[in-house]
Amino acid sequence: MSTFSNAGGSAEVPMHEPLTGTLIFERGAAESRCVEAPPLDVPAVSLDAVLGGRARSVPPALPHVTEVDIARHYEHLASANFGVDSGFYPLGSCTMKYNPKIDEQACRLPGFARIHPYQPEETVQGALELMWGLQEALAEVAGLPVVTLQPAAGAHGELTALLTIRAYHTANGDPRAKVLVPDSAHGTNPATVAMCGYQVVQIPSDERGGVDLEALRAALDTDVAALMLTNPNTVGLFDENILAITEAVHAVGALAYCDGANLNAIMGKSRPGDMGFDAMHINLHKTFATPHGGGGPGAGPVAVTEPLASYLPGPLVARDGEMFTLSTPEHSIGRVRSFLGNFGVLVRAYTYIRAVGGEGLREISEQAVLSANYLKALLEDAWPVAYDRTCMHEFVMSGGPLRKATGVRTLDVAKRLLDYGIHPPTVYFPLIVEEALMVEPTETEGKATLDRFAAVLRLIAEEAQADPDLLHGAPYTTPVRRLDEAAAVKNADLAWRPEDVEA
Amino acid sequence: MRFIPVTCEEQAEMLARVGARSVDELFSDIPEDARLARPLTLPEPMSEIALAAHLESLAGRDLDGSRVVSFLGAGIYDHYVPAIVDAVVSKPAFFTAYTPYQPEVSQGTLQAVYEFQSMICQLTGMEVSNASMYDGAAAFTEAALMAARVTKRDKVVVSGAVHPEWRETLATYVESGTLEVVEVPAAGGVTDVSAVGEALDERTAAVLVSSPTFYGTLEDLASLGALAHDAGALFVVATDPLLLGVLEPPAAYGADIVVGEGQALGNAVSFGGPGLGLFACRKAHIRQMPGRVAGKTTDVDGRTGFVLTFSTREQHIRREKATSNICSNHALNALAAGVYLAAVGAEGLAGIGEACVAKAHYLEAALVGTGHFERVFDAPFAREFALRYGGDVAAMQRHMLERGFLAGVDLGRFAADDAGFVLFAVTERHTREVLDRFVEEVSAL
Repeated sequence: MSTFSNAGGSAEVPMHEPLTGTLIFERGAAESRCVEAPPLDVPAVSLDAVLGGRARSVPPALPHVTEVDIARHYEHLASANFGVDSGFYPLGSCTMKYNPKIDEQACRLPGFARIHPYQPEETVQGALELMWGLQEALAEVAGLPVVTLQPAAGAHGELTALLTIRAYHTANGDPRAKVLVPDSAHGTNPATVAMCGYQVVQIPSDERGGVDLEALRAALDTDVAALMLTNPNTVGLFDENILAITEAVHAVGALAYCDGANLNAIMGKSRPGDMGFDAMHINLHKTFATPHGGGGPGAGPVAVTEPLASYLPGPLVARDGEMFTLSTPEHSIGRVRSFLGNFGVLVRAYTYIRAVGGEGLREISEQAVLSANYLKALLEDAWPVAYDRTCMHEFVMSGGPLRKATGVRTLDVAKRLLDYGIHPPTVYFPLIVEEALMVEPTETEGKATLDRFAAVLRLIAEEAQADPDLLHGAPYTTPVRRLDEAAAVKNADLAWRPEDVEA
Repeated sequence: MRFIPVTCEEQAEMLARVGARSVDELFSDIPEDARLARPLTLPEPMSEIALAAHLESLAGRDLDGSRVVSFLGAGIYDHYVPAIVDAVVSKPAFFTAYTPYQPEVSQGTLQAVYEFQSMICQLTGMEVSNASMYDGAAAFTEAALMAARVTKRDKVVVSGAVHPEWRETLATYVESGTLEVVEVPAAGGVTDVSAVGEALDERTAAVLVSSPTFYGTLEDLASLGALAHDAGALFVVATDPLLLGVLEPPAAYGADIVVGEGQALGNAVSFGGPGLGLFACRKAHIRQMPGRVAGKTTDVDGRTGFVLTFSTREQHIRREKATSNICSNHALNALAAGVYLAAVGAEGLAGIGEACVAKAHYLEAALVGTGHFERVFDAPFAREFALRYGGDVAAMQRHMLERGFLAGVDLGRFAADDAGFVLFAVTERHTREVLDRFVEEVSAL
């Protein structure tokens, strides 16, 4: 079925051209040009001679397009996309809050966008002061005194922190082999553990959604390097036993690592350092409103206690009187990337923090938690909540009963939400909840948006009862409908090639 | 500033519906001892006007590329970014979207990723590209790890002519002993080919080189690739995508994995990040590739569409058995790279590359002509070159900075052996007038 009204047009002359599907390679004409190289104002060289016989013989098959072709092409693609500015995006664990526009303006200032990482420090004092200010602010929010801004993303922060912890244990002559990870953890946690050469030990959750304290205690021994824990956790609950957990971890000489994915719930209310965590990463692209960019770039700064600080990757920014300088900690694990971090992302996060201030951050967390609890209250009679407790900034519902009653899966519900102009919650995560729907409204949505979302989900539950096939077939109004993922693997068409056109 | 739309009255209604007397009650799961009993100690909030002024003042303290003539490169380059690039990446539907996990409402991102992958394949000559990594260092490191998985071997041979920060990143990642890294020192600014031959054995998973090297020189990729393959190892080549309009693609020399820093393609210098890591390989190895990849398929109505595919390699499905822990990548930077490549096309890219090469050679000859700099490497170079300075490098750079020039990267900061060497990067933005002015100042030293 067509997604557009077809009051006119014909097979040869459709009323609407599809927004997507026509590749940039298929636009323009052989003689189309957009940006050309400037005329050469120095003597020309023989490329093959100066490059020692390495000059390219066959040019790459890049698009031939004019600027207007590009403008239209990407405008069409953009209009087939859904972002936070398009509508409600309650993607649990991803904190899809509004991205303030001043952040975008800030990172484009020439004094930030056109400086080079190898410039002398005295010529980049503004940038270094900004980084220092961000380090200080994140340390205060985390309750952990030393921060590195190097990691490029959350998973990269996890890796940085675990390598730092590994170096700490090794330096103490106490190398260890295992890292404990709850069964509710993000997939990045066990993947990071494996990359650091540690063995993953999975810890079950208890019936209240927290870490099973008995199982944790049983797993803890002097071969455990660390526990990786998301708190608030991935079912949206603050672990009531957090102090007992970190105490038990420390009792065997292990360290406690906090996955900061859910920091948006607790800013100014509770600090991971005060909970007994030794290290954490912070997703600037979640809590601190930097945009997700369709998958990145993010930034995953790591905050640690003083004993861990000398192992952090360099360089860090230090303040020396009125001067800001770069330095690498004494026992540093070494670099985890090139240059100084995702500076453009750091500028956005700094801008956000300076915009809202400390009380603003607390208010953000309070509203995020209130909005989640409000939405949960509106929905819980129609959609069973996995753990019937006060939640933090997100909660997990189960589509299990609906599936049993109607055959409609959480996937179908997610696709149907698209027809109502709402981005679906995170689905099928965490793995410990059957047919999970993880809802995170964030503080930047108004009450009317939350009310409508609840009304839509209730309506979808009714639709599932009345006409399951309606949901099995959804979505109907999106630029494309359900896509054949099996065929994508089977055909493995991962790149356009000119020979396909000629064939 | 405040970005919360809920009103006080609505907040009261919401609390009533929840059945809580206060917002604080919602935080009662937090143990008393873990609560923060004081306000966060942070600077006061600012109005947008005050904040804009503060940021401009900070940025104004930096000497940016519009106020200085810079010859800094070494992995990050100040090429011209066409206006259309920022016009596209500034579209909120692109930059405020998440990872395209719901393909029906993410076709814009997914098609752009597919097109980006296609362009990277065209540039490098490889069959498959992923959707991007964090940076060149991360891509380089992941290539070493992937080669070990593909070959089931546990050692890699790395050229000492690779960017020192990339080598250091690899060393950090493998510190746990998962992979042995043997570094072959550079000789004459390029990889010592015979030393590579000696380092190879049946445990070697890959030979990793960079061309252009950190020193700007071009490697003998054909010989290095043959050595790697003779030993049953993969050949990993770090490339500079901006130069692939004028340089033969790494695939022509038998590269099995091609990596690179993609910043030069339409992305700001931005103090070194975010750029993007390029990662391309053979189709036969795709199941060992790290990172996301988009593929073409059809929807239930037969329309062409795109999805993230081969996801069973990734952490959200495979957890500790994933090919990498990478989740977020540098999608928006990859979008910029795609728009850039569409805008310049093969002719523009070749023209820009040719301009860089011609201007770099013009400057190099002129600097050597002043008598203050000396040629140290015989290998050919493209848009970046290292010369030995006859005096004190730091003093020369301070002197030139006073005259409005960032006079190259002092290589002594990376390796004691390279003390006295200065690395100059030239782009299409440097006019002959600027180059002549710089040479004139150098002559007067």
